[in-house]
Amino acid sequence: MSETTPTSRTGTERPAADIVFDHVTKRYPGQQTPALDDLSMTVPAGETCCLVGPSGGGKTTAMKLVNRLIDFESGDITIGGQSIRSVDVTTLRRDIGYVIQQVGLFPHMTIAGNIGVIPGLLGWSRDRIKKRTDELLDLVRLDRSFASRYPAQLSGGQQQRVGLARALAVDPPVMLMDEPFGALDPITRTEIQDEFLNLESEISKTVIFVTHDIDEAIKMGDRIAVLRQGGVLAQYGTADELLAHPADEYVADFVGADRGLKRLSLRRMREVVAGGDGASNGASPYADAPSVDADATLRIGLSTLFASGAPAVQVTDGGRLLGTVTLDQLQDAVAGSSS
Amino acid sequence: MSSYFAFFGDNAALLAELTLVHILLSVFALAVAVVLAIPLGAWIGHLHRFSFAVVSVGNVLRSLPTLAIIAIGLALYGFGIINITVALVILGFPLVLTNTFTAVEGVDPGTVEAARGMGMTGWQILTRVELPSAIPLISSGIRTSWVYIVATAYLATFAGQQGTLGDIISNIEGYGLSGVLAAATISILLAFAGDALLGLAERALTPTGLRLLAERTPAADAEPAPAAPAAA
Repeated sequence: MSETTPTSRTGTERPAADIVFDHVTKRYPGQQTPALDDLSMTVPAGETCCLVGPSGGGKTTAMKLVNRLIDFESGDITIGGQSIRSVDVTTLRRDIGYVIQQVGLFPHMTIAGNIGVIPGLLGWSRDRIKKRTDELLDLVRLDRSFASRYPAQLSGGQQQRVGLARALAVDPPVMLMDEPFGALDPITRTEIQDEFLNLESEISKTVIFVTHDIDEAIKMGDRIAVLRQGGVLAQYGTADELLAHPADEYVADFVGADRGLKRLSLRRMREVVAGGDGASNGASPYADAPSVDADATLRIGLSTLFASGAPAVQVTDGGRLLGTVTLDQLQDAVAGSSS
Repeated sequence: MSSYFAFFGDNAALLAELTLVHILLSVFALAVAVVLAIPLGAWIGHLHRFSFAVVSVGNVLRSLPTLAIIAIGLALYGFGIINITVALVILGFPLVLTNTFTAVEGVDPGTVEAARGMGMTGWQILTRVELPSAIPLISSGIRTSWVYIVATAYLATFAGQQGTLGDIISNIEGYGLSGVLAAATISILLAFAGDALLGLAERALTPTGLRLLAERTPAADAEPAPAAPAAA
């Protein structure tokens, strides 16, 4: 697999592969309860699965089983149908992008050196590594001049961009991310989350993303797996499913009592205004109402509505008025879709 | 005082010869210590095991009086070059060993985990990640080790090996106080000169990225100051 050459700009030549956990149990020696208890779930190719849960819930364990940083006793994990135990561990890991909270850049190597480590070990030519490094710096929105700098010269956010670029170097079909943005300040964090979502829409990867932050999981995950103490899978589904129909008290508690509000974050104003009554009617009676961008979430729409005290907000798309949305419409949009 | 300076002029040829042998012996002993200590220290640091054993053995070796090692050596392998070389290697080895071990073990765990997770083998992690990061600390161990060895090499005379500055230092009857002072002075200068040379090598070998890192976080620069020369 590692011989495949990414030729396009974003290296989408290698298709993403699904990851299947099949009755996987992990028990650490000397511990009574398993760290991971009979986990079965499928992460479809190209999707991001966020693993959330408390410390001791086994989320990091589950992730590290995939690249065999931790070994398991029973069950199996397959990537693209192939058992991870049937592949040489070094080959396996080189085909899996790995991003961790501490970033772990090699301090003595330049940024280019860091990104080119695995391509170098795979015997790529200098020219090819250089070309790939430039592509990746573009992809993570760092200036190409960063190639010759050292990790110590970069901010935390920039370092994690390099961490991402390094993980993507050989265009792996699968990425494992262990609280990758957890050490960043809130502003940088939001920025890099947004960019990663963008980047994911350009490149197709199957991602397992560990976080303890349910809001981050809702934002980043196509699917969310909620684990509980003892490594038991409490619920696995889309963010909307979890928020609308939590499987039990535990999940309801975990996603938060404000889950109705959180669901507002999952949808864009554009969707509501298009479906709303009289949405196409530009000459609305709410000409004085504040405006909200069509790509803003319903949560921002609601916030704008409350902050202004107006009965509705106007939804605009690049200056063009799409229509208005009232509080009732917002409520219907969320309550209606949960049934 | 004038006899002290006169001694250098009067005995220039002898001093030059003794100094040369003194240097050769010290360099050889240091080289053996380094060749033994770096692989062992790196291996143990990489495994993150046996640290207690290493620190203990290092401390014991370090606290052994060199004269005692020479005396024990007399019983085991007699007088001569082997005796003094073994004694000097035992003197220098623990410093390089513990520094190498500490440096390799102390490489940021996140960095090592990233390396492992991205598919580097243990050997690749050791040679491409851990050892380069360990260069400054290993180097400081070698420098301290040099100072100890060169300042102790005069004991060659007591180990039955003629030809070092020890010939003068141990023979106050023959060369007088000014002679002993002159030889001791050269020994001190050798310690400083070697330390400075190794310091230059360290600067050249330390990767730029590590220097930048050390400048950014001064607290992380854990390089201990070289010990003062323990000249006799």
